[in-house]
Amino acid sequence: MIAHLPILQVVIPLMAAPICLILNRSKLAWLFALIVSGVSCLVSILLLQQVMTTGVISYELGGWQAPWGIEYRIDELNALMLLIISAISTIVLFAAPKSIDKEIVKGKHTYFYVLYLLSLTGMLGIVATGDAFNVFVFLEITSLSAYALIAMGKKKQAVWASFQYLVMGTIGATFILIGIGLMYQMTGTLNMQDLSQRLPEVAQTRTVFTAFAFVIVGVCLKLAMFPLHLWLPNAYAYAPSIVTSFFSATSTKVAIYLLIRFTFSVFGLSFSFTTVPLQTLFMTLGLVGIFVASISAIYQHNIKHLFAYSSIAQIGYMIVGFSISSVAGLTATLLHLFNHALMKSAIFLALAAVAYRVGNVRLDSLRGLGRQMPLTMAAIVIGGLSLIGVPLTVGFVSKWYLLSALIEQGWWPVAVLILLGSMLAVIYVWKVVEVAYFKEPVGTPVKEAPIGFLIPIWILVLANVYFGIDTRFSVQVAQAAAESLFGGAL
Amino acid sequence: MINIVLLSLLVVVAIGIIRMKDLFAVVMLTGIYGLLSASFFVAMDAVDVAFTEAAVGAGISTLLMLVVITMTGRKEKATRHKPFAALFVVVITGGLLVYGTLDMPLFGSADAPIHNHVAPRYLNDSMQEIGIPNVVTSVLASYRAFDTFGEVVVIFTAGIGVLAMLFAHRRREEDEKLAAINDSMHEKHLVIRIVTKMLIPFILLFALYVQFHGDYGPGGGFQAGVIFSSAIVLYAMLFGLSAARRVVNQGFIQLMAAFGVLCYGCVGIASLLNGGNFFDYNVLSNDPVAGQHLGILLIEWGVGVTVASIMIIIFFSFAGRREIQQYVEQNKNKESV
Amino acid sequence: MLIGLFNNWVVIVLMMSGLYIVIAQGNLIKKLVGLTIFQTSVFIFYISMAKVSGGSAPILDQEISVYSNPLPHVLILTAIVVGIATTALGLSLVVRIKESYGTIEEEEIQQQDNLQNQKENKVEVKE
Repeated sequence: MIAHLPILQVVIPLMAAPICLILNRSKLAWLFALIVSGVSCLVSILLLQQVMTTGVISYELGGWQAPWGIEYRIDELNALMLLIISAISTIVLFAAPKSIDKEIVKGKHTYFYVLYLLSLTGMLGIVATGDAFNVFVFLEITSLSAYALIAMGKKKQAVWASFQYLVMGTIGATFILIGIGLMYQMTGTLNMQDLSQRLPEVAQTRTVFTAFAFVIVGVCLKLAMFPLHLWLPNAYAYAPSIVTSFFSATSTKVAIYLLIRFTFSVFGLSFSFTTVPLQTLFMTLGLVGIFVASISAIYQHNIKHLFAYSSIAQIGYMIVGFSISSVAGLTATLLHLFNHALMKSAIFLALAAVAYRVGNVRLDSLRGLGRQMPLTMAAIVIGGLSLIGVPLTVGFVSKWYLLSALIEQGWWPVAVLILLGSMLAVIYVWKVVEVAYFKEPVGTPVKEAPIGFLIPIWILVLANVYFGIDTRFSVQVAQAAAESLFGGAL
Repeated sequence: MINIVLLSLLVVVAIGIIRMKDLFAVVMLTGIYGLLSASFFVAMDAVDVAFTEAAVGAGISTLLMLVVITMTGRKEKATRHKPFAALFVVVITGGLLVYGTLDMPLFGSADAPIHNHVAPRYLNDSMQEIGIPNVVTSVLASYRAFDTFGEVVVIFTAGIGVLAMLFAHRRREEDEKLAAINDSMHEKHLVIRIVTKMLIPFILLFALYVQFHGDYGPGGGFQAGVIFSSAIVLYAMLFGLSAARRVVNQGFIQLMAAFGVLCYGCVGIASLLNGGNFFDYNVLSNDPVAGQHLGILLIEWGVGVTVASIMIIIFFSFAGRREIQQYVEQNKNKESV
Repeated sequence: MLIGLFNNWVVIVLMMSGLYIVIAQGNLIKKLVGLTIFQTSVFIFYISMAKVSGGSAPILDQEISVYSNPLPHVLILTAIVVGIATTALGLSLVVRIKESYGTIEEEEIQQQDNLQNQKENKVEVKE
């Protein structure tokens, strides 16, 4: 069975979704989804181990050789992504039942878990596959389940946010489809590795340039990269809390993965960064994104909105690291990808607990919660410190690597701007802390969150601290992934 | 020549859609757009695609849009916000695409890269490797079976998503009242009802034919599923939703949707257990070609069952929601009187 | 040259009219129609690249030697299904939007949301 791990990674949650529908009992469906997610997390750990020892794994679906059939291809980057997605999904699911009971109508719990599993499947599928068209198919599985999950939010704005996301998401996916079509037309293949070998021959054609532009714009729409980020804040803010926790940690990360995969592996470094002026463009957009989003975050009244804008800013850091186009820069991006998943899932899960007790997450409702829900609020504070990049948290590690990558290239002004951006994070995190700890509580006092929330929240918080101190695992994997991307080996 | 005519017609229809304010007309034009593109696909030798586009573009999507319009109103407000921004985006994107076409292989030329890499194997070897004449079926059901699996999951996701949006639990008394509204509405169309009753068996039969004939001609699980569901939808439209629900109830149809996906996936699992890779049909039987036949047959079943059930689920969800809205409105009217 | 690319250019015009509808029109159903047109036109683009002059449909027969390329056909079969899935889900969202906002015009929905936000923020300031 070890040989079949790559496909099992995707097929286990995929087959679990219809079974979950048949179970049709809220608690049973939850337990089943949790077990399945746990198993796929186990599979991803095994895969990562295997990749780190034996190198790239290739799996031919249907037994058909690569460019004719669909190939699954797992290298260090894929394995890292698979681990992030499945691990976060499992931890978030732990906290789900209470939050779902409160936020979603009773008869629809099964649908929720089915859709949750499907979106997990979609993300794992995007990452595992080595076929460009297969990416599109699984991208749509993720997106469709995401639209439905977001629209299940309690407030009426949820459906509208979801519709806007649907329109933007579909335009993005169609752009990617056009891009893939153009690439296919010039090379005759859909397999990513085959593409990377055949594209250089036609790299100077106008068609390939157009293909590149369409793929990148499509991915950036999914990525919510500034200035294509407008769908994200409302989608995150009005989705059910559990969905926000899951997506904030995974869905934009998958899009970052696609960006890296297409630019570095498929089109190749020399095309992406020399033929096309991607570096200047992305550096600028990344920096502007950091500032615009951080400043918007400061002015939000809803904490979910606040942290959603913060996510867009954090994407900016990843884009800056990406645009350096050096091993160190890419390592920083991958580290930040891993670390940001830990921070944001911790924060949003803590907010889910707040929503469970208080009923909403407006800034004002947080008054005095520092004393009433000490453990939950402490989690938000530690997550916030991590966002700022305070030493001993994971945020510090990735900022450190980003800064040293910039300094290595001698880009001092950019490094200074990154530090200034972090100062803005201090302001918005402080806003939350101030209300929670230094204002008198109003209204009826609330109790600490139930233990079902606290365990997963604190697993994530401790991970934030642990990987902030012991960086061996994360740095090793990120570096290996970055090096293999630069080694030209797909 | 014929394709130039069809393309020009498509442009005319697209302009019509942009300019029209009446949503009913817009939806009908969209249906025509689907039908025209299906005809264009036939001219391009893509018969399977044409079949599907005709069923989906001119059939299902038009039907769903019409149902929704009855709920949301058919007049569009005259506001046209940000036409210049839109024009700007469109000109840039279109310009880039035109720029991209300049180095493309010319239309119809046989020495384009796509005709010389990957695809030739499908045309030359699929007869020996898989043993069915319809190459499109070979590719979608065997060489790229996993894409098709993804496609089934996409439609499954959409069905569950629509349920999550629109499903509403009803109590039995409400159900009866709703049925009463319906009966009074549908009694008028006596002729249509009788004709439909006679037609339905033939539609179902045709669906089965398309299901099993996909190996030799255009057709296959997806098209069959859509046709099968259209019979049920037709019944629901003329005899009322409640009557149709008695024939296929919600629990059963959800079970079937899940069953189809599982059926498809289990073929893959079976090949794993027989020592092959996922979806390697060769190992399903002693003779590889027989194995391919068996695998394709089973997965096409999975596709057909899921597609049919999901289409029915989607239509029932929309129509059910509409009934509830009508019921609520009627009650409101009674109160105001 | 001109004839060889003419097809593609018309298809681009079709795609762009779809995209234009999505961005410029405020009615949500019209937006979904726009998405459908946009996607269908991309399908036309894929299918026309599969055509080989003088070829016939890729159903093997002893008397035929030139076939059109089957691979784009397979891809587009999948993409059509993805398209209808998106449309169906989008329509269900439109129904829900109509129920909770009472309108399916983008500007009116946006107005209602802005009012709601202002109200919530005012409450906060007063407290």
